[in-house]
Amino acid sequence: MEGNLNLTLKIWRQKNASVAGKFETYQVSGISTDMSFLEMIDVLNNRLIEEGDDPVAFDHDCREGICGMCSMYINGRPHGPNRGVTTCQLHMRSFQDGETITVEPWRASAFPVIKDLVVNRSAFDRIIAAGGFVSINTGNAQDANSLPIPKEDADDAFAAAACIGCGACVAACKNASAMLFTSAKISQLALLPQGKVEASKRAEAMVAQMDEEGFGACSNTGACEAECPKGISLENIARMNREYFSATFSSK
Amino acid sequence: MTKLDAKIPGGNLADKWTTFKSSVSLVNPSNKRSLEIIVVGSGLAGASAAASLAELGYKVKVFCFQDSPRRAHSIAAQGGINAAKNYQNDGDSVYRLFYDTIKGGDYRAREANVHRLAEVSGSIIDQCVAQGVPFAREYGGLLSNRSFGGTQVQRTFYAAGQTGQQLLLGAYSSLQRQVGMGNVKMYTRHEMLDVVTIDGKARGIIARDSVTGALERHFGHAVLLCTGGYGNVFYLSTNAMGSNVTAAWKAHKKGAFFANPCYTQIHPTCIPVSGDHQSKLTLMSESLRNDGRIWVPKKENDTRKANEIPEDERDYYLERRYPAFGNLVPRDIASRAAKERCDAGFGVGASKMAVYLDYAAAIIRYGKGEANKHNMHNPSDEEIQAMGKAVVKEKYGNLFDMYKQITGEDPYQVPMRIYPAVHYTMGGLWVDYNLMTTVPGLYALGEANFSDHGANRLGASALMQGLADGYFVIPYTIGAYLAAEIRTPAMSTDTPDFDAAEKAVRDRLETLMNIKGNKPVDYFHKRLGKIMWDECGMARSAEGLKASIKEIQALQKEFWSDVKIPGEIDNLNPELEKAGRVADFLELGELMCVDALDRDESCGGHFRTEFQTEDGEALRDDQNYAYVAAWEYEKQSKFKLHKEELKYENIKIAQRSYK
Amino acid sequence: MSWLTKSLNSSLGKKLLMAITGLFLISFLLVHCSLNALIFLNDGGVAFNEGAEFMAHNPVIRTMEIVLFAGLLLHIVDGLRLWFENKSKRPVAYAKVDGAANSKWYSRSMGLLGTLLLLFLILHLKHFWYFSRLTDGLEDHTLFAEMQAVFMNPVVVVVYVLGCISLGYHLLHGFQSAFQSIGWNHPKYSPTIKTIGAIFSIVIPAAFAAMPIAFYFHLIH
Repeated sequence: MEGNLNLTLKIWRQKNASVAGKFETYQVSGISTDMSFLEMIDVLNNRLIEEGDDPVAFDHDCREGICGMCSMYINGRPHGPNRGVTTCQLHMRSFQDGETITVEPWRASAFPVIKDLVVNRSAFDRIIAAGGFVSINTGNAQDANSLPIPKEDADDAFAAAACIGCGACVAACKNASAMLFTSAKISQLALLPQGKVEASKRAEAMVAQMDEEGFGACSNTGACEAECPKGISLENIARMNREYFSATFSSK
Repeated sequence: MTKLDAKIPGGNLADKWTTFKSSVSLVNPSNKRSLEIIVVGSGLAGASAAASLAELGYKVKVFCFQDSPRRAHSIAAQGGINAAKNYQNDGDSVYRLFYDTIKGGDYRAREANVHRLAEVSGSIIDQCVAQGVPFAREYGGLLSNRSFGGTQVQRTFYAAGQTGQQLLLGAYSSLQRQVGMGNVKMYTRHEMLDVVTIDGKARGIIARDSVTGALERHFGHAVLLCTGGYGNVFYLSTNAMGSNVTAAWKAHKKGAFFANPCYTQIHPTCIPVSGDHQSKLTLMSESLRNDGRIWVPKKENDTRKANEIPEDERDYYLERRYPAFGNLVPRDIASRAAKERCDAGFGVGASKMAVYLDYAAAIIRYGKGEANKHNMHNPSDEEIQAMGKAVVKEKYGNLFDMYKQITGEDPYQVPMRIYPAVHYTMGGLWVDYNLMTTVPGLYALGEANFSDHGANRLGASALMQGLADGYFVIPYTIGAYLAAEIRTPAMSTDTPDFDAAEKAVRDRLETLMNIKGNKPVDYFHKRLGKIMWDECGMARSAEGLKASIKEIQALQKEFWSDVKIPGEIDNLNPELEKAGRVADFLELGELMCVDALDRDESCGGHFRTEFQTEDGEALRDDQNYAYVAAWEYEKQSKFKLHKEELKYENIKIAQRSYK
Repeated sequence: MSWLTKSLNSSLGKKLLMAITGLFLISFLLVHCSLNALIFLNDGGVAFNEGAEFMAHNPVIRTMEIVLFAGLLLHIVDGLRLWFENKSKRPVAYAKVDGAANSKWYSRSMGLLGTLLLLFLILHLKHFWYFSRLTDGLEDHTLFAEMQAVFMNPVVVVVYVLGCISLGYHLLHGFQSAFQSIGWNHPKYSPTIKTIGAIFSIVIPAAFAAMPIAFYFHLIH
């Protein structure tokens, strides 16, 4: 509600993918504690524009924590110090006056930097394209209520499907592993009868694509689950492991 | 008038769509393979259309400005999606959904389109479930429904408070499947900057690769604009930061008429503005009005804290004014009532531009209910509070958390402060029954078109319309056009028309970069937003609109001489992207005021202060304004009005009353 | 068998291999620790030496020894491979990492802990396996006597205790992690697995560590 902050920002600046980047330090003052972290960057950017400098490029869109576009590795953690929120929902009241805040892009070889804090996450789209779907053409569907699904399964599938594809799991993981992301989709569809038909093929194809994209393996540290703004559970990774091994060992 | 042919099929309302489907021209599979379709936008309408068309065999290219098609703002829809399934056995039917939508739209939507929407609504649910969309279910394993504003049946399907997300991810997965199969080529971080027309037909687009700044030419036998609404003309809205009108506006300038631009939906329950720094507004689901009570202090400029104001000094103004519907009046009415109280000096919070949404009574009510359930005969106040809060948490926990995250206040302890905010635009590109604009081969789907919601959209209908257009309408209606295009081979983009279009786009970008003025883009956007909100928002007047048009024209001039865009034209440059969008908003804003000024009546989201009943309700003029206002772009600040008369053959027009 | 090598070479397969070999090594630890614990009977190593004698000559155990080495080697090679591969997935490191906010340090340090264990193991094998299998030292004196002799050196005792601490942390993460990698994560059973894992990770290394300490302080004769 009240209070203004003076902050030192150490922000990663990189002109494009082919040149090296470095940290730049900026001072911002009079930051309202009611601002979101992105609005604080807006304030900095408008000042940079007025001073004739290039503003900090960062991804963002819905600013209500659901589109998954915002990223930013803030003070050593994806989406900053609070659990269960994206950067756009992180508010400045979570910081202290006089604090130095380090802001970096997601770091992973599968997420190359495009500019400043903007990274390329199209690897996620390719993982979905490899098998994160039910092969049903429009118009083929039977009546929605013809197949009862236990509420628990539907709820579990929803919890996995809540993934926003922001990449915080990859950013948090010491191995830059995409297993939480990939397993969330594999789980969602494996839990539902509609998805079971292609479950084996899906698990094999999505894992293969995930590996091809250059994500690391899982060390089960749990960092992804802890940093996931939507609380996607590690149980999904275990389920993916089951799905994958039963697929590879039983498929013809 | 002759130019506007809605191409509505003949026959009975209920048979039109069936007749159309049986008689529309078809394209055989081998011809489909050589027909190319461009889809701009990857939200519910775009993703569903692209996937469905690719499944049929067309060659599809999809463009989105975000880094992935999954980011489109459809993802933020919370509440649900309507469908006339009648699973609850409560008397729902296609006709009722049709009727509710027309009435909710304050009798300003086209009957045939809305009826078709209601007809296909059930298939949408079937399709989504088959894709693995995890809708909420009952313990018996069947789909659950909830009720929503403006209806008397339970027909809303939902997935917690993230229905839009789940539906979009379903459509996105279908889209990605086609991408993986090579039937769709996806262009992310690409912004469409112009439509290319050849001999009067849409034949392609010019797009800018946001990462490299390169301008690209793409050919298509048809171009589908699925680019959403233009609520960001108000600067502050519940839209995503990137939501824009550019694609639709470029189409408008290439000959597509813009219909009912002034119809804007202002959603009553949003978190209020906290300061100048604010970049966007956040919606709190309409479902909160089911249990919350809305009030302001009875005393003007009351500075006491909410909890210090005794019960008899609170004005539950919605319950007072609309005893029949109380806190559940439709969106436009709830919004206007909040504005009226705040303007009269009864607003709360630091800005005085907010009203309270109070859960104290609901907490006690639920707490007592729980006590009864558990056979507790003399529960203490603390026990009642604790149990009541637990129930509220289960129902609305994620919304309460979001409120706390944004405001820093705990809504379990103090009433929430809410205020209306721009949420949806019913207006959009004029389309005929086939969803084709006035430019042949150019289509508009979803929120980008104007067709189904009239002057006010009902809750949970936006998702329905986006998916209806994409999954079940365009795959049929596009045949009517493409069947005649099978002899048109894919064209080279190395033609004078593409040259000219690309040059115009390049010139405009260079002009913007070379202004080198003093003010950032946001400065102009905020000023435009303020004009629009003050004069073309919840209440409009002829006097204010006339002044606004002048102000906006002056602002356009100032923008084009004083905007400052840093960075380079051939690199990722968010300011340059924003500048192009704001330049278009500046022109659209003017047209919205022109349209609002033309419409001498109040209807739905359009409220003209001169046209109200004695007790401050909207006063429609069906005699003179039962038409769609479709505007043709002639030149800068010059728009020509075409009218599509709305004929109601199946519904009797009546005044809405919620008292 | 190409499907098998393919699937075992996937990121999931490599983890499966770690898990299976890890669980196998855990089972070995249990046998090893139980047998060694016989020294605490304080019978001058009679029971222990009998056990050692049995282990040294039983053909099944001799075969299992080969399997054990194979498993250990697989665990090491696969582990090192994962360590290096995983490191390469983030070519530009973060300037600031707040790992403690989201995970336990030992879960992030399995490669390091494993390497420490490997170094310890080389020393340990030299001390006892080399002695009992590849030299004719047993003709001179018993394994028990050799332990008594080796653990008179305080440096050796400290190294062994540190080795056991590394083992404890390695197990604390590895035990439950193995189940997760195999796909066994269930709300009903996982808490039990985690508890057993934690007890195992404390009791077994503590028992091992007690041995050199006991010898050094002459608590065992």
